[in-house]
Amino acid sequence: MSFLDDYAQITGHDVIEHLRQLAAPFSGAKVVHVNSTRVGGGVAEILTKMIPLMQELGIDARWEVITGESQFFECTKGMHNTLQGNQIHLSDQLLAVYERTNAENAESLRELLTEADFVFIHDPQPAALLQHFPNRKGKWIWRCHIDASHPYRPVWKYLRKFISPYDASIFSLAAFAHELPNPIYLIPPSIDPLSDKNIELKHGAVQQVYEKYKLDPERPLVLQVSRFDRFKDPVGVIEAYKLAKKYLPSIQLVLAGGEATDDPEGSAVLSEVKEAAKGASDIHILLLPSDAHLEINALQRAADIVLQKSVREGFGLTVTEAMWKGKPVIGGDVGGIRLQVIDHHTGFLANTPEGVALRIRYLLYQTEKIHEMGEKARVFVRDNFLITRHLREYLALMVSLLYESQDRIELSGSSLNQEFRHF
Amino acid sequence: MTTPDAASANTASDSINRPGPFFIKDCALVALATGRRARMLQEFRNEITQIDESSIYHHYWGGLLQARFEEREYNNDFAGWVRHGIHDAILAERLAALDPTDFLDLESLRHEIIELIDMRLDEYEGLLWMRATQQFEFIRSQIIVFDTAWCLQQPSELASAIEQFSTSSIFYHFIDARRRTLHRCDDFSDWLAGFGADFNTLREHIAGIDPYFGSLTELRAQLAHLFKTHFLKRDS
Repeated sequence: MSFLDDYAQITGHDVIEHLRQLAAPFSGAKVVHVNSTRVGGGVAEILTKMIPLMQELGIDARWEVITGESQFFECTKGMHNTLQGNQIHLSDQLLAVYERTNAENAESLRELLTEADFVFIHDPQPAALLQHFPNRKGKWIWRCHIDASHPYRPVWKYLRKFISPYDASIFSLAAFAHELPNPIYLIPPSIDPLSDKNIELKHGAVQQVYEKYKLDPERPLVLQVSRFDRFKDPVGVIEAYKLAKKYLPSIQLVLAGGEATDDPEGSAVLSEVKEAAKGASDIHILLLPSDAHLEINALQRAADIVLQKSVREGFGLTVTEAMWKGKPVIGGDVGGIRLQVIDHHTGFLANTPEGVALRIRYLLYQTEKIHEMGEKARVFVRDNFLITRHLREYLALMVSLLYESQDRIELSGSSLNQEFRHF
Repeated sequence: MTTPDAASANTASDSINRPGPFFIKDCALVALATGRRARMLQEFRNEITQIDESSIYHHYWGGLLQARFEEREYNNDFAGWVRHGIHDAILAERLAALDPTDFLDLESLRHEIIELIDMRLDEYEGLLWMRATQQFEFIRSQIIVFDTAWCLQQPSELASAIEQFSTSSIFYHFIDARRRTLHRCDDFSDWLAGFGADFNTLREHIAGIDPYFGSLTELRAQLAHLFKTHFLKRDS
């Protein structure tokens, strides 16, 4: 059975057939994705599956990773943070490293990228590559995975000069997009239903996390999975839990996040969380390694209700993951959570710890709603937020770029083939 | 279902009075940011005067093919924002009542939307100062239409074929068609009309399916039920 057939089992054969039809004109087309890491992080996770899926559709898809010294990554981490609004000054020396590293990588990728029909450049790290390819043959697209709605202006101004000449850019949500002279496509991220994070687990795996973390399978479990970051409001989650616990003494709370060894702010937030949890019973604060995907998967499946009480959020893929497992989500009324949590249908949107507590109480009183909302959530994710939808939109974008500003592109298979041959 | 090549061969030998085959098409939609946003109703109104028609299409129709929830409270994004962003139920209800198929084109629809907003601003001046709790992001979309390898020769084939249509193909033939066809109807009804009065009842039943509130999967199931029931009765 092919890789695509595995996905067809989940999405339905019509979805895969649709992809085949949309991809047919691009058979043999050279498509290159470029980012800065092969493991870790959402972009690498998506590309790990996106590339083989594209290849199986007949596209000559490649994934290249740029390399750099520690100062380069120090600079790009700063860019990442400043695009999200942090006011960090990037020195001229660091910016010179950024430009030099892009120039060096351009040399090593010259032949491949010059000849490519489509080049997807992910995030700011390789954004400055394009200027080194004046004789590029194909269309170049900058894909921004970050909420850049309120960037630190000096850094955005600096990056804008590299991004503006692209043929197109992609943002996850309209609210995240920033004005650019090129067409801005809106493509939300996705989850991979066959990854360790989301794959169906055997019952024993869920049982194991109950035992490992001394959770009682007979009592209601509320979970938030996120790093210890003030934007995720873990202290607010504990407040909500304490309010709900007065009415529901049997509930348990798990706050699962990454180990905050190299993040000073993460350590400070973790201390605040531990302080807030003092004296309260049944709160489990778990520090999990970054590769504990199967364990997170099991915790999400073990939970009755999943929280994502963010006060600021990008898209919120942990919400998508929980919904895919058939869990209602009580989420902060911000960012991409709004796109996923349909209030009163796939979960609840809440603004305060009081609001979260109210919804926990409601769901644990009307327990049939947990299953009803959870099922709606699962179907909603299946139809809208799986990697197959993401791939379809990349393919649609590729067609769209060939026809530029037309609102309605009527193709027959042959006309697109001709169009493509004109490259 | 047959392939278009086979269909062309059959068509050549058919009577010239019969409608041709129903070529099954599919589509994909890609959304683009316009950079236009509104936080106040007056600002929203002014943006609507200027936005591209493709943005009106997206917020009334195109959105049906995008990420959406099956149980939509309102049948278009404008009404939804007025209700949940501006919190004005009266204008939201009026905007929701607009059916794009009642208008000759998107330009006429645009004028009616503006008219309704102006009327409401005259009724309740307080709305001029009301700041929305969420800003409205105007989005436009491009629709990409392509052929599938399949077509139908006879109406009765709809009964078995419809379940094999992708949801985006349902969007194209059942929703997008209302913008393209002469009588502002879906492609199935348009095709069946070519066979004369035989299928008038079926066409009436198709017209009874509201395209705005169910998911595309549900629409497909409703159509499948309708076609199966109709052709089963006809056969018996």
